[in-house]
Amino acid sequence: MKINVRQKTLILGIETSCDETAAAVVENGTVIRSNAVASQIDIHRRFGGVVPEVASRHHVDQITVICEEAMDKSEVAWSDLDAIAVTQGPGLIGALLVGVNGAKALAYAHGLPLVPVHHITGHIYANRFVRELEFPLIALVVSGGHTELVHMSQHGSYEVIGTTRDDAAGEAFDKIARTLGLPYPGGPKIDRLAKKGKPVIDFPRAWLEEGSLDFSFSGLKSAVINYVHNEQQRGHDLNAADIAASFQASVSEVLVKKTLIAAERVHAKQILVAGGVSANSVVRTEMEQAARTRGIPLIIPPLKLCTDNAAMIAASGTIGFLKGTRADLSLNGKANLAIEDF
Amino acid sequence: MNVLAIDSSNLVMSVAVTTERKVLAELTTNSRKNHSERLMPAIAQMIEAAGLEAADIDRIAVAEGPGSYTGLRIGATIAKMLAWTLKKDLVGVSSLEVAAQNGRGFAGYIAPFFDARRGQVFTGLYEAKDGEIVSVAPDQLVMMDDWLPELRNLAEPVLFLSNDLDKWGELLSTQAYAELGDITRNVPRAAELARIGAKKEPVSDIHHFLPAYLRLAEAEAKWLAKQGR
Ligand SMILES: [Zn+2]
Repeated sequence: MKINVRQKTLILGIETSCDETAAAVVENGTVIRSNAVASQIDIHRRFGGVVPEVASRHHVDQITVICEEAMDKSEVAWSDLDAIAVTQGPGLIGALLVGVNGAKALAYAHGLPLVPVHHITGHIYANRFVRELEFPLIALVVSGGHTELVHMSQHGSYEVIGTTRDDAAGEAFDKIARTLGLPYPGGPKIDRLAKKGKPVIDFPRAWLEEGSLDFSFSGLKSAVINYVHNEQQRGHDLNAADIAASFQASVSEVLVKKTLIAAERVHAKQILVAGGVSANSVVRTEMEQAARTRGIPLIIPPLKLCTDNAAMIAASGTIGFLKGTRADLSLNGKANLAIEDF
Repeated sequence: MNVLAIDSSNLVMSVAVTTERKVLAELTTNSRKNHSERLMPAIAQMIEAAGLEAADIDRIAVAEGPGSYTGLRIGATIAKMLAWTLKKDLVGVSSLEVAAQNGRGFAGYIAPFFDARRGQVFTGLYEAKDGEIVSVAPDQLVMMDDWLPELRNLAEPVLFLSNDLDKWGELLSTQAYAELGDITRNVPRAAELARIGAKKEPVSDIHHFLPAYLRLAEAEAKWLAKQGR
């Protein structure tokens, strides 16, 4: 792929794939000029998870507010922008449609090119705000919706070499949190609780067949739930902190080992970790330790760039823009979207 | 005043560009939905057909609902974005009021409605006064079985305008007071939306303009019911 070198590339990114309404302006794919996010966590907490119709309604309420905040803080004029980048998918379709149609209206109003972005590539490119990417690399994307190992041989080229066969890692976190009576969103709560406990319970690790880079968390999830039920039936007091720590240790060990196998297989020059679960303190420390031992540089974005945001969409959109990816005004959102098409 | 009117609230998608004196361009389809793919190209095409550019539009009128949630969101999002970023006026008009315009010549009441599944309809009651359509009863979500007895008591003919007469026409034609719309009067037109949108007060807060869903999200309704227990 050839990338045209320009003086400065300014992209407005828009992201509405789940429960975050976000817009950001990014310069050259590496410098955040603004990064506005309206989170709906408080709104969905009472439902115990994201309700798609509720999320979609809130996106309509926030979309222009957030775009205005992003444009104002960036001190960039519409005429300075090179393109509008928007998450096309994957995600909740009703939520995606707000961002996609909003982005199309802006692109039309200002005569700007429109660049569709795959949400996962956004998570990967959040790492470029930390350090320049070097190829080949392995990216582990772990969130409530995804658990994927992506091999990149160059900018804008994505090959999925491992994925979950059932639940996403973040989904397992949320379900175990519910079992332990912790409020939504469960991930950070488990992390905090686990710090008070020890990983003394031997929960299973799903390695799957020899050499597989795929993941599976449903067996672990059932094992934890069964353990809790058995303990309750025997009238034992639950040591929730130990359960949280042990569960977390199991998830983390599988994520870290498989990522390292993948990295060695492709002779990776870098390991990237992204997505909401990369905010988990155990995943972070274990990954850091393992990467250091093998001598492979590791990049993990700062916490606020791990969760959904639009700076990452603008960063990935910058690559798409430079390699000529364009959409016309008929662009539609797609709940399921293959990363290989980007 | 150049008005861009957008109605994507139901199966019908209609876009028009008008001035005070003329309909410059209008496109209406009543066959496929997929408004997410088709609405923005239709808007660009109508503005171009009118010989204008986006910046020449003074006001955007959008059918705010009721209707299909997704359709409403697509129309509202595009209308808000255009109005906000181009610094133009935004006007929301009831989708039922737009549909009722086709009954302007009718002597009696006008009951536009959209099927809302499980025996329900989104409907309202309007009548023509001095050539203008005025609301007589608020837009609402109601069981058709509860709505018809109310209309029967009005002792005046009622014109039913709907794109869903395939489903409801048989029942309605048994009602003595009922008159049913014909193929042209059943289809809401964005040019009518533009005409009434030009006269209404623009919204004061574009940022928080929302569709009139007339129904809570299911999870929200359940949650509220649980609180009341
Ligand atoms: Zn995400």
